[in-house]
Order: sequence, then C-alpha cells, then structure tokens
Amino acid sequence: MTRFAAAFAKPHAALVTFVTAGDGDTAAVLDALVAGGADVIELGMPFTDPMADGPAIQAANLRSFAAGTTTADILAIAKGFRARHADIPLVLMGYANPMTVRGADWFAAACKDSGVDGVICVDIPFEEDDSLGPALRAAGVDQIRLATPTTDAARLPAVLDGAGGFLYYVSVAGITGLQQAAQASIEEAVARLRTQTDLPIAVGFGVRTPEQAANIARVADGVVVGSALVELVAQHGADAPRHIESFTRSLAAAIHGAKEIAA
Amino acid sequence: MSTQPNSFRTQPDERGHFGIFGGRFVAETLMPLVLDLEREYRAAQSDPAFAAEFDDLLTHYVGRPSPLYYAERLTEELRKDAPAGKGAQIWFKRDELNHTGAHKINNCIGQILLARRMGKTRIIAETGAGQHGVATATVCARFGLPCVIYMGARDMERQQPNVFRMKLLGAEVIGVESGARTLKDAMNEALRDWVANVHDTFYIIGTAAGPHPYPELVRDFQSVIGKEARAQLLERTGRLPDLLVAAIGGGSNAIGLFHPFLDDPSVRMLGVEAAGHGLDNEHAASLAGGAPGILHGNRTYLLQDEDGQIDEAHSISAGLDYPGIGPEHAWLRDIGRVEYTSATDTEALGAFQLLCRTEGIIPALEPSHAIAAVTKVAREMNRDAIIVVNLCGRGDKDIFTVAEALGTRI
Ligand SMILES: Cc1ncc(COP(=O)(O)O)c(C=O)c1O
Repeated sequence: MTRFAAAFAKPHAALVTFVTAGDGDTAAVLDALVAGGADVIELGMPFTDPMADGPAIQAANLRSFAAGTTTADILAIAKGFRARHADIPLVLMGYANPMTVRGADWFAAACKDSGVDGVICVDIPFEEDDSLGPALRAAGVDQIRLATPTTDAARLPAVLDGAGGFLYYVSVAGITGLQQAAQASIEEAVARLRTQTDLPIAVGFGVRTPEQAANIARVADGVVVGSALVELVAQHGADAPRHIESFTRSLAAAIHGAKEIAA
Repeated sequence: MSTQPNSFRTQPDERGHFGIFGGRFVAETLMPLVLDLEREYRAAQSDPAFAAEFDDLLTHYVGRPSPLYYAERLTEELRKDAPAGKGAQIWFKRDELNHTGAHKINNCIGQILLARRMGKTRIIAETGAGQHGVATATVCARFGLPCVIYMGARDMERQQPNVFRMKLLGAEVIGVESGARTLKDAMNEALRDWVANVHDTFYIIGTAAGPHPYPELVRDFQSVIGKEARAQLLERTGRLPDLLVAAIGGGSNAIGLFHPFLDDPSVRMLGVEAAGHGLDNEHAASLAGGAPGILHGNRTYLLQDEDGQIDEAHSISAGLDYPGIGPEHAWLRDIGRVEYTSATDTEALGAFQLLCRTEGIIPALEPSHAIAAVTKVAREMNRDAIIVVNLCGRGDKDIFTVAEALGTRI
C-alpha cells in the first residue's frame, strides 16, 4: 500500500497540513505537525511570484527567501523528514518554474530520491501536462491534481486522467487564505466529484478553524489547512512549533472525530 | 536554415504554442475562462461586425491611421559622422499620436469589444508605465464599465501623471507593494484578482504575453501598426523597408509592427530590449540575459536564477521594466527570423534628447531605446536603405523621470 493509500484508509478523514519550506525551523515545524496528528504533509516550495497565494503565504515565501532557502534546501528538508517519519505522505506544492527549471526529469528524480510521494503544481493545468506529468509518473511520484468550482463536467475527466494520490478540491475560486466556501457548496461539489473518481478527495482553501474542518470532514476524505498554520509561524517565530502542535492537535481532534459523529 | 517554416505567420498552434514557447500555464480555476476567451475570440474573428466596430473605433476614436513620417533631420544628423555612403533613411510609425499617447489603445479597443461580447461587466488590468492603464481606463470610460488598475507602487511614484489620468478617467488604481513594486508584481496582483472574480471580470492584458490566446490576440490587434506601415511605405516609396526597429517590454508594439512583414524575406527586424544599468548589471533584457522558463501563463525567456526564481528587472523606462518577454519573440529569436539587441538607460536618455532636438518630437522612454539602437545601425547601412522605427509612445509621462536623470528640477 502506498503512503497515500494508507493515510486515506484510516477510519476517519485525513488532516492535510501545508507549511512553507524554509520559513522558520521547518524540520521542527513538520515534526510538530506530525506530533499534533497531521496525516498528510504538504511542503510549499517558495516562489518569487506566487500568483495563486494570498498575503499569508506570500509573506511566508518572502521570509523563506530572506533566510536564503534554495531548492536544494527544500529537498534536504524533505529527505530529513522522510528519515524521521517513514509512513507520513509528503507532498511538494508549488509553481511550475522552480519545478521545471532543471528539467522535469531532474525534478521527478529529486522528489523520488527525497522521499516525496506527490507533487501539486499550481500553474500546470492538464493542457500543459507534458511539461511535468509524464516525468513524475515515470518516476513513480503521484501527481495531485486540483479541481475547482470552475472545473465543469466536461473538464473533469481530463483533470482526473493521470491524477494520483488524492484529488485536491479547491473550494473557492480565489487565492489561498482569504474566503471560505459555504458548506453546502462543498457538499454538492464533493458528491459530484465522487461520481467520477475513486481517488480520496481532500478539500482546501480558506479552512481556518476546527469547526469548519469538522464540517468538511463529514463529507470529504481529507481537509487541507495552510494559511492558518503559516500565520502561526509568522506570529511565533522560533517558538512556533509548540503553537503549531497544539493547533494541529485541535484540528486533528475535530477532523478525526467527525465521521463518528456522522455515523 | 533548413528548419525554417514555410510561413512565419501561422503561429501559434492550436494549443497556443510558438515552438516550445507560449502555452496556457494558469491555475485550474482560470483555465475554463481562458478557453472561453479563445472561443469568443475565434467567433469574433469570423464576425465581420466585430472587425467593423474595431476599425471604426480605431479611425474615429483612436485617430488611425497614424502617420508614417520621414525623420529627415535625424537622418542627416546621423549621417554626419557615418562612413561615406552610409546613413540609412529613418522613418517613424507615429503611434505616439494615438489617443492616449501610445500604441496600447489599439489592443484595449479590441479587448474591450471582446469583454462586451462575453458579457463581462468589470475590467481589470496591470500597468507599468501607466500607458496601458490609461488606455484601459479610457476604453472603460468610453464603454461605461468599472475598471481596476494594478500598478507597482514604485511605478506609481515615477509615473504620477498617468496615475492621475487614470483616476480622472474613473479608474480605481491599486498600488502593489509586493516584490520590486513594478510591472511583474502588478501582473501577479491582477491575476489574483482575476482568479477570485472569474464570473464577471475580464482581464485586459497589456502586452503580447500571458496565457494563450492573449499573445495571439494582442498581436492581432496591434498588427494594425505593421499593416498600415507596410501600405504607407509602399505607397510613398514603392518599396518595402530594409529594417524594422521597435522597443520590447513584453513585445506588443514590436510584434504589431513586425508580424505583417514576417514573410517578406528582404525585411530585417530588430527588437530592442532594455539594458538598464548594463547587461552585466541590473537590466530588463530577458532574451540577452535570461533563459526559458514559465511565468504569468506562458513559457518564454525569463530573467531568473538557477532555482527558477524570477529576478527583478531594472529599466529607467517603467514600460520595459519586466523580466520576461512575449512568447512569439522568444520563438522568433530562436529560429533566427528577428534579431534582438539592447540599449542602456543612458543610451535611451541620449536618444530621447536627440529626438527632441532634431525632430521636435518628445518620445516616451520606451521607444527611446529603439531610437538608441537606430543611431548605431543607421550609420552602418547604405543611404538608400529604409529603417522604420515604431515611435510607440509620447514622452509627456516621462518628463519628470528624465528631468531627474538629467539633474534638473521642474
Ligand atoms: C510607450 C510604450 N512603449 C512600449 C511599451 C512596452 O510594451 P510592449 O513591449 O508590449 O510594446 C510600453 C509599456 O508600457 C509603453 O508605454
């Protein structure tokens, strides 16, 4: 069983957490996420031009660059994580240019070598899949695709073709960290997606509180929380891991308990 | 070269690729909208009413055709220290005389007509020098649509007259504080707005870049420059030019001039990037100093580091201060059909003053780069050779920047 399959085979929905690589002591932050109960880790690759990100993640990217973070550093963070946590799926999330600048094959091999299970590339839609997808699939790295409120029935099969790991439903048309979607629209979307795929469905964008996360966990297979965690890094600096762990614990409790309430 | 295509004018392919460049590198949220735009553009292309409305507005609102002008005194000035028999004739395609003072309006007319066809009720745009912002605000006023312009905070400082113009025209101007606070950052912010407002918003991109079909449709709307120039020169001299020269920010005025001539093998073309403080220093010459990469919806040459992080560009000209270039130029350069060079801030300032004094024309700093390149190449070409330069903008917006650079207080 792959790490993704195992993470989503648990009797409860998965907590998927996002933090930006190189923002603060990332190894300690990742360990805190795991200690708090995160089921899947998304590690953001900072980019100078994060077009799909709101203010919180933009600022995290700047802090990471100010600390001198390079792609080599990010891969080393991934490798270190994998050495410490054999079973937790690790995803790199970012933008096309840093992922493809040395060639898609180079990046796919580097992911494999660093123990990365999946990749989310924000600005490569399936129309441009040949820029990255074939290399990832050849290396055995899952390509996690995004479905959005604008992904209609006609597009969905092509979005799913070649997708692996889980399907990431971006619940709002917008950037990270700002609005949150209405619960009803999320339920409707997840139900619609389920008729088209057997992949686990994780829902993200704008999820900030354990209550929201629990509501989503009743219908989805995973809940993604990003900006709210990144803000804790901003707020607490070197002291962040402690705060991250306790917030993650509250999210995990809400998400992991949600299905039972529904049953 | 044996690999040359039969025609240079059939790009892009159906996926929006110019060779390896171009494409549609956008978030999934935007993809359906980008496809809608392409469908609507194809429909408009085969609708005579669209062309008729576009042409009518260009004639009566923009003031086209713009003149093609023989710059006799500049030509003579450059001949003074040219070798015997050298010193080509310099002609200007005078798009600085357009309503709003630059070529940018040609494209804005086309895109606002598309926005209306698509039923969009809100317009956004990015701007560097403010010329595209002013042109967008202008067409929004003309068609009664609300308009939000994203502009780097640094560009707002150096292009204050245009900021005020946009506000007079009823646009909301939002200063962008991220990054180097210039054009690239304004484009990021416009894309963020667009992704959050896909249902009602049309993004009028200001140059021949971005996701397909923007590079193609901006080129097509700007091609009025080259079509007119071709007909005007043929009528006046009975011949085609030997060389076309244009400044390159994203490349829209240049591709607009070049494209109608691409299949005329006798016509050489020269695009002029901004070399800023010099190519070994801070600059904005993405072909000279960049490498292929992916940004703002397309694959093209970018100023970037080995990790694919985008470098900040620098140019005295806010309109050229961008670390990328439209994908068609990237392709034209790789196949060798168009040559590219660069001019520094200092050279552009020199050309700016030269044109003021020899021709009584105050050019924008952007085409001043093209003129700087012309002052070099004209001296190497025969006297009977004809150079057509795209004088794509007027310099009113730049007088404060130039005064400061020259150490004058106004
Ligand atoms: C007068 C003028 N020329 C040129 C440019 C550069 O754009 P492009 O390369 O798309 O023509 C600008 C951009 O603001 C401009 O205002």
